[in-house]
Amino acid sequence: MTEAPLLRVRGLSHAYGSRIACSAVDVEVWPGEVLAIVGESGSGKSTLLNCISGRMRPGAGEVLYRAKDGREVDLWQASDAQRRLLARTELGMVHQNPRDGLRLGVSAGGNVGERLMAVGARNYGAIRATAAEWLARVEIDVGRIDDLPRTFSGGMQQRLQIARVLVSRPRLVFLDEPTGGLDVSVQARLLDLLRSLSRDLGLASIIVTHDLAVARLLAHRICVMRGGEVVEDGLTDRVLDDPRHPYTQLLVSSVLPP
Amino acid sequence: MTASLRLVDVSKTFVLHNQDGAVLRVLDRLSLEVEGGECVALVGPSGAGKSTVLRIACGNYAPDWGRVLVAAGGRATDIACAPPRAVLALRRQAIGHVSQFLRVIPRVPAIEVVAEAARLAGSSPDDAHARAGEMLDILRIPRRLWSLSPTTFSGGEQQRVNIARTMVVPFPILLLDEPTASLDAENRAVVVDLIRDACRRGAAVLGIFHDADVRAAVATREVACATLSRAA
Amino acid sequence: MTTATAPAGYNFAYLDEGTKRMIRRAILKAIAIPGYQVPFGSREMPLAYGWGTGGMQVTAAVIGASDRLKVIDQGADDTTNAVSIRRFFARTAGVATTERTAEATIIQTRHRIPERPLREGQVLVYQVPMPEPLRFIEPRESETRKMHALVEYGAMHVRLYEDIAAHGRITTAYGYPVLVNGRYVMSPSPIPKFDNPKMDMMPALQLFGAGREKRIYAVPPYTPVRSLDFDDHPFAIERGDQPCALCGSTDTYLDEVVVDDRGGRVFVCSDSDHCGERQEAGRAAPARA
Repeated sequence: MTEAPLLRVRGLSHAYGSRIACSAVDVEVWPGEVLAIVGESGSGKSTLLNCISGRMRPGAGEVLYRAKDGREVDLWQASDAQRRLLARTELGMVHQNPRDGLRLGVSAGGNVGERLMAVGARNYGAIRATAAEWLARVEIDVGRIDDLPRTFSGGMQQRLQIARVLVSRPRLVFLDEPTGGLDVSVQARLLDLLRSLSRDLGLASIIVTHDLAVARLLAHRICVMRGGEVVEDGLTDRVLDDPRHPYTQLLVSSVLPP
Repeated sequence: MTASLRLVDVSKTFVLHNQDGAVLRVLDRLSLEVEGGECVALVGPSGAGKSTVLRIACGNYAPDWGRVLVAAGGRATDIACAPPRAVLALRRQAIGHVSQFLRVIPRVPAIEVVAEAARLAGSSPDDAHARAGEMLDILRIPRRLWSLSPTTFSGGEQQRVNIARTMVVPFPILLLDEPTASLDAENRAVVVDLIRDACRRGAAVLGIFHDADVRAAVATREVACATLSRAA
Repeated sequence: MTTATAPAGYNFAYLDEGTKRMIRRAILKAIAIPGYQVPFGSREMPLAYGWGTGGMQVTAAVIGASDRLKVIDQGADDTTNAVSIRRFFARTAGVATTERTAEATIIQTRHRIPERPLREGQVLVYQVPMPEPLRFIEPRESETRKMHALVEYGAMHVRLYEDIAAHGRITTAYGYPVLVNGRYVMSPSPIPKFDNPKMDMMPALQLFGAGREKRIYAVPPYTPVRSLDFDDHPFAIERGDQPCALCGSTDTYLDEVVVDDRGGRVFVCSDSDHCGERQEAGRAAPARA
């Protein structure tokens, strides 16, 4: 394991008009690490995710990503071309709503194959074989490779989206409420899948969620956000079992035990 | 360097901000040492902070003050101020913690739960699987249950899976929180044997054993928790 | 430019000189950046969108009094659209017209490239309904522009992938996307893919006008134009299994024509001029078996 962070966010701030969404946020992610950003709606966690995943330019601050070649790139100082290239190769984004991350009019195989074609794959047979392999990995029947995602259940769509992102072997994946909107039984399956994939691929990821149980199962480390600030951050079970900040204590004690 | 666990001047206070800022002082300048080959039993009344000591020792709770020195594999780390990834690395390879309750992802089969711990400690998938099977056999989990999720198991079965998950890795440091609480006599005996084996191979064991017989069988030394917290 | 032959009240070739200058500037830019879509201020023309208003504006901007104009619609000179556009320019510009590909200096076309190879000095003007090849996968103009700018063309292959996945081969038969000069992906307008190879290194200038979408683009003479494909599913054109019923040609693009009320049908050349030339040649030298 390399002893340098994969992503360093420093002093990231963003405001919508006079409303401050993120205020001087510092975050680090190390190779292979799963970081959960938790907080209620409006805590600024989605704004933070949008800014650090290269989809929304922050008002201030640095988003330093250490690329495969070892160099650190400030995503917002880099050119559009470089940022978008990273976004479709080394980075990945899994949306809460699979409709935002999939092409619903394109077959499952085409959806998975697109990221390969986007980086120059031009052999149909090889693209299809890789797509089939990834469908199997996310537990989708390979016989459905030519079906449209709109014929899939919500859980399958979400797994397809994950295959579509992971097929290009990104190094850092952003997940926005990946289990939101899914039935509890489907959630468990997805969580297990995400966990084993990130372990097997040595993937680093940042998961935005308001579900502390999801954070506990998936994340090594947790950042608690409130009012645009990180109020507490540390080892997941430490933050959840020994919360220090009043807000974290409130959050933890508000969860209904099953 | 053999394995050892040293707590030096550890204090822990809980401030309950949402309950009018109530302050619970649980540990006050606690010092404690466990050497390799020892099994130290924490004793004391309920609420004396026995579980808190174990949780601090594995980084689950952060002390307000003091050092928690974990020596294993030729390196000593102060877990009280180590970065999260260092704590996680220690938990994968050096510190085994048997909690009172099993926490797992639903639908993951028992055998996988146990094998995963071995894999995280560095075993190959096949090897991890084989050792997980051996450990489940030792702990008398019927084979027909191996492919089922432990969430469907009885309390005793869950606890044995929990123990298997820790014992499948030869951790140099073991933290055991009531490992035999919900077990019958036969299974208690199995767990006692496992703990003694661990001591024999040089592990430093710190535990809470409510059952006096078990405590007598495994502990090389007892430390009273209420006394500890006042020790200077 | 002369306006002598234009009917009273109309400028030469209908459009005013200011508009023509604006369009020529767009054309020059398009030629300078092969395959790049240049926005232009498309004018109202005296016929509906979808009937060749883009092509007509391009033609009006480049035509001169000494030009000889040919207009084809699906290869034929005698269909309504072709006849009326030809007559439009005969009236408003007073230019000579022809149905002969060889004689024309400007050929305005809808959905075909003539069979006879074009030569240097000729201009082929395409009528384009939908200039953006990426539109099917990306509805936002701001985004497609960025995709062109950054050469993000992976999505184009998704379309071909889908064809092969569904049918075992690339079935896109017209409007088959091409890569121009190794840089811009371009829609060739809805010509059959049979015509795609003719675009590659063509000695004539190719201009494309989309009136409703307000875009002009171009392929300068002798520019490489490659049809997109996969290594293991290379671009290929399919030929019918029968010859033209009129001229016997086996290497031209054929239309299916219904000849009676009993479902009788024949295949004939889509390029009516080419077919006519071959029939004449055949009559002059009927040695052909």
